[in-house]
Amino acid sequence: MMCDFLFSLVCTGEIFELKAELNSDKKEKKKEAVKKVIASMTVGKDVSALFPDVVNCMQTDNLELKKLVYLYLMNYAKSQPDMAIMAVNTFVKDCEDPNPLIRALAVRTMGCIRVDKITEYLCEPLRKCLKDEDPYVRKTAAVCVAKLHDINAQLVEDQGFLDTLKDLISDSNPMVVANAVAALSEIAESHPNSNLLDLNPQTINKLLTALNECTEWGQIFILDCLANYTPRDDRESQSICERVTPRLSHANSAVVLSAVKVLMKFMEMLPKDLDYYGTLLKKLAPPLVTLLSAEPELQYVALRNINLIVQRRPEILKHEMKVFFVKYNDPIYVKLEKLDIMIRLASQANIAQVLAELKEYATEVDVDFVRKAVRAIGRCAIKVEQSAERCVSTLLDLIQTKVNYVVQEAIVVIKDIFRKYPNKYESVIATLCENLDSLDEPEARAAMIWIVGEYAERIDNADELLESFLEGFHDESTQVQLQLLTAIVKLFLKKPTETQELVQQVLSLATQDSDNPDLRDRGYIYWRLLSTDPVAAKEVVLAEKPLISEETDLIEPTLLEELICHIGTLASVYHKPPSAFVEGSRGVQHKRLPGSAGSGESVESPDTGSAAGVSEAPPAVIPSQGDLLGDLLNLDLTPPTTTGPPPPASSGMQMGAMDLLGGGLDSLMGTGFGAPPAAMPASFNVPVSGGLDDLFDLGGGVGMPMGVFNPPKTVWLPAMKAKGLEISGTFVRRAGVIQMEMTLTNKAMSVMTDFAIQFNRNSFGLAPAGPLQVLTPLSPNQSIEAALPLSTVGPVMKMEPLNNLQVAVKNNIDVFYFSCQYPISMLFAEDGKMERQVFLATWKDIPNDNESQFQIKDCHLNSDAASNKLQGSNIFTIAKRTVEGQDMLYQSMKLTNGIWVLAELRVQAGNPNYTISLKCRAPEVSQCVFQNYEMVLKN
Amino acid sequence: MIGGLFIYNHKGEVLISRVYRDDIGRNAVDAFRVNVIHARQQVRSPVSNIARTSFFHVKRSNIWLAAVTKQNVNATMVFEFLYKMCDVMAAYFGKISEENVKNNFVLIYELLDEILDFGYPQNSETGALKTFITQQGIKSQHHSKEEQSQITSQVTGQIGWRREGIKYRRNELFLDVLESVNLLMSPQGQVLSAHVSGRVVMKSYLSGMPECKFGMNDKIVIDKQGKTGSTEDGAKSGKQSIAIDDCTFHQCVRLSKFDSERSISFIPPDGDYELMRYRTTKDIILPFRVIPLVREVGRTKLEVKVVIKSNFKSSLLAQKIEVRIPTPLNTSGVQLICMKGKAKYKASENAIVWKVKRMAGMKESQISAEIELLPTNDKKKWARPPISMNFEVPFAPSGLKVRYLKVFEPKLNYSDHDVIKWVRYIGRSGIYETRC
Repeated sequence: MMCDFLFSLVCTGEIFELKAELNSDKKEKKKEAVKKVIASMTVGKDVSALFPDVVNCMQTDNLELKKLVYLYLMNYAKSQPDMAIMAVNTFVKDCEDPNPLIRALAVRTMGCIRVDKITEYLCEPLRKCLKDEDPYVRKTAAVCVAKLHDINAQLVEDQGFLDTLKDLISDSNPMVVANAVAALSEIAESHPNSNLLDLNPQTINKLLTALNECTEWGQIFILDCLANYTPRDDRESQSICERVTPRLSHANSAVVLSAVKVLMKFMEMLPKDLDYYGTLLKKLAPPLVTLLSAEPELQYVALRNINLIVQRRPEILKHEMKVFFVKYNDPIYVKLEKLDIMIRLASQANIAQVLAELKEYATEVDVDFVRKAVRAIGRCAIKVEQSAERCVSTLLDLIQTKVNYVVQEAIVVIKDIFRKYPNKYESVIATLCENLDSLDEPEARAAMIWIVGEYAERIDNADELLESFLEGFHDESTQVQLQLLTAIVKLFLKKPTETQELVQQVLSLATQDSDNPDLRDRGYIYWRLLSTDPVAAKEVVLAEKPLISEETDLIEPTLLEELICHIGTLASVYHKPPSAFVEGSRGVQHKRLPGSAGSGESVESPDTGSAAGVSEAPPAVIPSQGDLLGDLLNLDLTPPTTTGPPPPASSGMQMGAMDLLGGGLDSLMGTGFGAPPAAMPASFNVPVSGGLDDLFDLGGGVGMPMGVFNPPKTVWLPAMKAKGLEISGTFVRRAGVIQMEMTLTNKAMSVMTDFAIQFNRNSFGLAPAGPLQVLTPLSPNQSIEAALPLSTVGPVMKMEPLNNLQVAVKNNIDVFYFSCQYPISMLFAEDGKMERQVFLATWKDIPNDNESQFQIKDCHLNSDAASNKLQGSNIFTIAKRTVEGQDMLYQSMKLTNGIWVLAELRVQAGNPNYTISLKCRAPEVSQCVFQNYEMVLKN
Repeated sequence: MIGGLFIYNHKGEVLISRVYRDDIGRNAVDAFRVNVIHARQQVRSPVSNIARTSFFHVKRSNIWLAAVTKQNVNATMVFEFLYKMCDVMAAYFGKISEENVKNNFVLIYELLDEILDFGYPQNSETGALKTFITQQGIKSQHHSKEEQSQITSQVTGQIGWRREGIKYRRNELFLDVLESVNLLMSPQGQVLSAHVSGRVVMKSYLSGMPECKFGMNDKIVIDKQGKTGSTEDGAKSGKQSIAIDDCTFHQCVRLSKFDSERSISFIPPDGDYELMRYRTTKDIILPFRVIPLVREVGRTKLEVKVVIKSNFKSSLLAQKIEVRIPTPLNTSGVQLICMKGKAKYKASENAIVWKVKRMAGMKESQISAEIELLPTNDKKKWARPPISMNFEVPFAPSGLKVRYLKVFEPKLNYSDHDVIKWVRYIGRSGIYETRC
């Protein structure tokens, strides 16, 4: 075989032979020699010594030979820069060749010769080629600009190539447009702050036109570029979406996924009640399912992406569970990903099917897959409460198989199920204990020990079981040692009489014989606790455990948003931001979804930079918090000068930012306090309130009580339903006056005038205290703020729910109706503080039937903070009592119609769940009052 | 973008190496060999990150193709490109084998130079490529000026898949509806999942630049016509229409037209191509039903009985029927009795393979097997893989019917009637499994 001979070519002696052949007169011989050189180069042999001889072959009219020589040049020019210059003349000449294919070849190759000296000679030919009459040359030249930029960025800028490249976006040939877009996108990536790809509606329109006509690859470049654009408003967003959706039927999966990326991103800007929004959601499901019939490698990429999409918008694929069922012959990487998605889609509706499948998988061959399937059964139990029982019995069945790793995995998940549903499934403990001996993995051993310790009072021989683990204490892993220590201490606290010896043994093992500082410290803590205050020890060790969350391993929201912007790319495959795996300046830029990112680039502002440590710490923080904080501080120092129209969004955060820019200071304070989310850890509270306090000082003249919580404005009347009039609003109570604050926006084409407002009869007699003050006509695309003072002396009718308010608004076009709900705290009077004695008497006086109890979950304030916060809404604390570490707050409030509500709020340190008892002569209001508590405390 | 592209043989020796970007060094070639090709365990992911460099790979027979990058590239595009690369190579020199790659390495370099520029995929339609890159060397130097500009406008143009001036004496069209029907059934006969993935594959030998329009019994189209047209017609054809879950098209189809009017119109490439792919899940005709019965007799014996029932018109014939019944690893002997066809125990595949050449519709056949097992002390239970089936039937299990395929060529004087059209339906088994 001749070619095998080519590939087997070795040793230095042959270099001389080749040299001779290269300088031969015979064309055929020359060509064969160059082929041999290339073959050696491929296998990694150094043939750079032949450089001059190969370059000599360049001046030929044989295109094949020429291409081979070029290939050699691209590889070795860098190592022999001086000699590479020898080739320049030929390139320059070729760039003038009448054959467009040769012109393109020359300019393409020149860009690949990464020698600084050559770049100077490249500029003139490149400039010509960028304006060549032939599209093939132009499309090649466009890419060449990117190549040159990679070698010498300054040169590209100085020579004005970037402008020429921008002009090519308007080229008549779609492929030229696509390559220009690709080149510009790449260059822009290494200049994050440049306005290189300045996308505006005109260029977007050009791109969308080219999208219909160019090759599949070009479509990908264009779609990826489009995804970086932020539309001005929902209408533009919708029209782009409409023009992108046909791409979902393309045979190339990359075109489909890039289109999905654009749609997922722009969808953020569409109002949820829009019909088109629903249509779009429906259109997304089928193409995603189709991706699963592609080749396995593509399926893998698609599944990694679907995993993200399902976390962001579970509704898209909620009915498609079946397509994620694992096929026997799927490659393992596809199987594992499918399993992950199955759990994410599991719900009450499909849980029976899912469980049947998971049980099937648990008997497969691949160990990783089986483990994951068993773990998945546990996750289903935790996610879908109704299925817990079935899951547990399935797990028990699996334990019966006695397959070692299945048993271990099952025990690990059963531990979590115990935590999620305490006192429900402990009957299975006996079965678990039977398998004690087969556990050899640390995680499973630790889980089993935890179970024994936690339920020591129900396991007769708990001490024996734990003692058996203790024998090889020092051979165990740290995880098991720590767990064993805790479990034995728990056991001792539950059965002190029989286990004294055991606990002493473990404490001395942990503190005296161990080198591990964690273990030692924990041992000492227990020891001191037990020796000084056994009651306190009990409270600490046997404290109620926080709930475990339903959804495990969800991607943190900020990261998820960023990854959604990277759908289809490597970042979405790794589930990591590009900065985690890309070197240099590329990829450092963080992308955000439009709806929640505010004005986009502000992410990189220096203000956030200084607070970076803070904003990255908490895992469950609402994404744009850092930005908002940055903005708040910004405002504190210098008033904002440029305010582009912020994109409309329904999230409260966004509204806050909008008010902040447009509205007055008082609305800032309202929303400012509403902004930090409940999940913020205590340590974060300090700097924030510091910053906010400053703000309050600034606005102190307005005379507002500290800490009033006013809900952010929400859209009451969408423009779709009111011929273009959009009303969003909220209720506030200032100095005893209830006000309805509204933003009226004209989204129609014509001017609106003659506004008036009327209320239907309602539960508390709310009525406008004066006419609606909208004096100037409202022209298209204009917004106006209106504050309507309300009285409480209007006609009364009981509404459902109680705080419902039906409103009619009239303008020159029509009358529109909507209903909204006001927080009942609007009705809490300032004189709602009851005398202690009166409170006591009234509490006793109200029959017990009128008492209702509620739970407020996940509230992390201490009792004083809660009391302060509530006071802002005219909920007054009359007395506080502390019993057994539990704070009881007694509170009162008075509604405008004279109804008193009495409350007892129980707060236990360390427990995020409050209990509240409400007593009132009109028990109907209790539900509303409770909702109000929840709202105030959580914001 | 793609920083480099390597092709290896099964031993990990480099056959082709083309580096597009500076950040990819020679050591990348070795990194992939050491960490992926020579890795002992099974491949756990088609994307691997080694020393901050990402490798994408696909395998064709025992040839590895790997694309390398250090940037956040569009991963879907990279894989699509690798497949396309395989298609292009196959179109030039047939099977992708070590020998073929070595024999054509100059051609492959030339192709790589053309279809991947600085890591950006360029036009990769073989129809267009073949006009100026050939196995016999480069044609273009002999082209006249018009020919040259025709090549470049085709490579970059709107209709990159077809060249002008094609002429046939006989205008002919072959249309194949190829469907693969997939099923997962529980032992009790409950359909766990079923879908048809279909392809419309065409061979067109048409002159000029013909405009084609393809119509099928798509429910959405029929319903729409039913509303506007006569009610009687709508009711009649409404019965036979099928609901298509999703479809994708060759790049020649005008997608925006499909999106707005749901009509499939296109200028076809010359020769073979795949016009569309589609998927249906409703009202699928399952050509065969498999009824398994497995009984464990003690620890050393299994009794298996499998009945297959054909479920289609009795005038039609199914072919190439094959039922594969997995057997445990500790099988020592198998006794087989079947009513029809031939059955064999294949120890190397751990399965009983039962083959039946032909079977008409509405028939039934069965096989019984007695499997002797060696006693083992392996605690692990046998996983009981599903019974799978292969077959071919002469109809479309989705119910898809071609309604028309119209051809218009305004410039040349042949009309739709002059085109000879052939339509064929073939239904094959995809993954057709019944758990036992």
